[in-house]
Amino acid sequence: MDNALALLERHGSESRIIAGGHSLLPMMKLRLARPEVLIDINDLGDLSYVRRDGDELCLGAMARHRDLLNSHEAGTLFPILHDAERVIADPIVRNRGTVGGSICQADPSEDLSAVFAALRATAVIGSSKGTRKVAMDDFHIGPYSTAVGPAEMLLEVRIPVQHGSGSAYEKVERRAGDWAIAAAGAALRVEGGSVSYAGIGLAAVGAEHFRCARAEASLLGQRASEESFSEAARLVSESVNPVADQRGPEDYKRHLAGELTLRALRRAAARAEGQGG
Amino acid sequence: MQVTMTVNGNEVTATIEPRLLLVHFIRDHLLLRGTHWGCDTSNCGTCVLWMDGEPVKSCTVLAAMANGREIRTVEDLERGGVLDPVQQGFIEEHGLQCGFCTPGMMMTARWLLDHNPDPSEEEIREAISGQICRCTGYKNIVSAIRWAAEHPSTTEVNA
Repeated sequence: MDNALALLERHGSESRIIAGGHSLLPMMKLRLARPEVLIDINDLGDLSYVRRDGDELCLGAMARHRDLLNSHEAGTLFPILHDAERVIADPIVRNRGTVGGSICQADPSEDLSAVFAALRATAVIGSSKGTRKVAMDDFHIGPYSTAVGPAEMLLEVRIPVQHGSGSAYEKVERRAGDWAIAAAGAALRVEGGSVSYAGIGLAAVGAEHFRCARAEASLLGQRASEESFSEAARLVSESVNPVADQRGPEDYKRHLAGELTLRALRRAAARAEGQGG
Repeated sequence: MQVTMTVNGNEVTATIEPRLLLVHFIRDHLLLRGTHWGCDTSNCGTCVLWMDGEPVKSCTVLAAMANGREIRTVEDLERGGVLDPVQQGFIEEHGLQCGFCTPGMMMTARWLLDHNPDPSEEEIREAISGQICRCTGYKNIVSAIRWAAEHPSTTEVNA
């Protein structure tokens, strides 16, 4: 790790960290990325963990999608993680692709970014000078751009565990392994019949920081019901900024974002109930 | 730069360009042409081989990243003149038409059966969901893998 950080400091913005390589190598083939130096961190086995640490679930930056999918603990605490991982790329790509690489690529359609936004995760970023924590809202600066500086690397993602919460992820894609046409994730905590926590993460629809703060706020203090979920879904449809492309027109994606939010909220609520919250 | 890796049990060392992809190293330097080069975008899966015991898409791995690792390609399925049950299954069930996707399909199938000897049709379809057969012969590919599951030792077939 020290070696990787020293190399980063030496080569700065001319260098890129390569983990699974399933985002960076395609970018290099398209000449959208032209790093002079690649720093291969695949041997940093001590960053490949998925483990609980007190009130947080911690995902090492080198945890592969497969590791997350195989973690019973992760799937139990946050079903949204397994929902999303089952539809991220395909099983062979999931053998290589990493959690850290996915969110550092910061593709606007990337699923885990939406999931971590819904769960209010925190990124831990390291450099030769030490580590710092960055909330997901501040981690994504824009498309393909993150708070990780030229001499820094992402070390882990920490997700706060909330008792009595439920979560779910819904994605529509054209075929297995494709990027989402639209995707929505929801995390809910229900106490005494009313919503005490709501997270709504969105991918591929131009949502600011991969979430919808208006819809989240509308749910707080409300009963977890079809009415409140429909209103949140309506706000999502209204708030997002999808772009028409080969995956579909703008109005279709706007509709999908709302509908998928509704479905994710229903499933998240059912799961929260199952948790005895 | 120099890389050393084990390919089908043999250690190989070569001097390569850093930008060389693993699929090209296997095909053009080692002349193991069983591994195919297809879409070059990690979608089609015909370049699947094993790295450290796991299937990977070798068009999206740099040869340099395979340094010190163990590679297994489709050429290693046949041992001592005996076909792997997966290979025999593709013959028995007509699991290929043009054959382009076949090496990747077989390497994924072998891995699946090593970890799940009796997969359901759904599990097989999930396992090969990152691989494309443009002849659309998926039904026969699934049958071929099922055949291999039901005949775990090909010696009984050849006998």
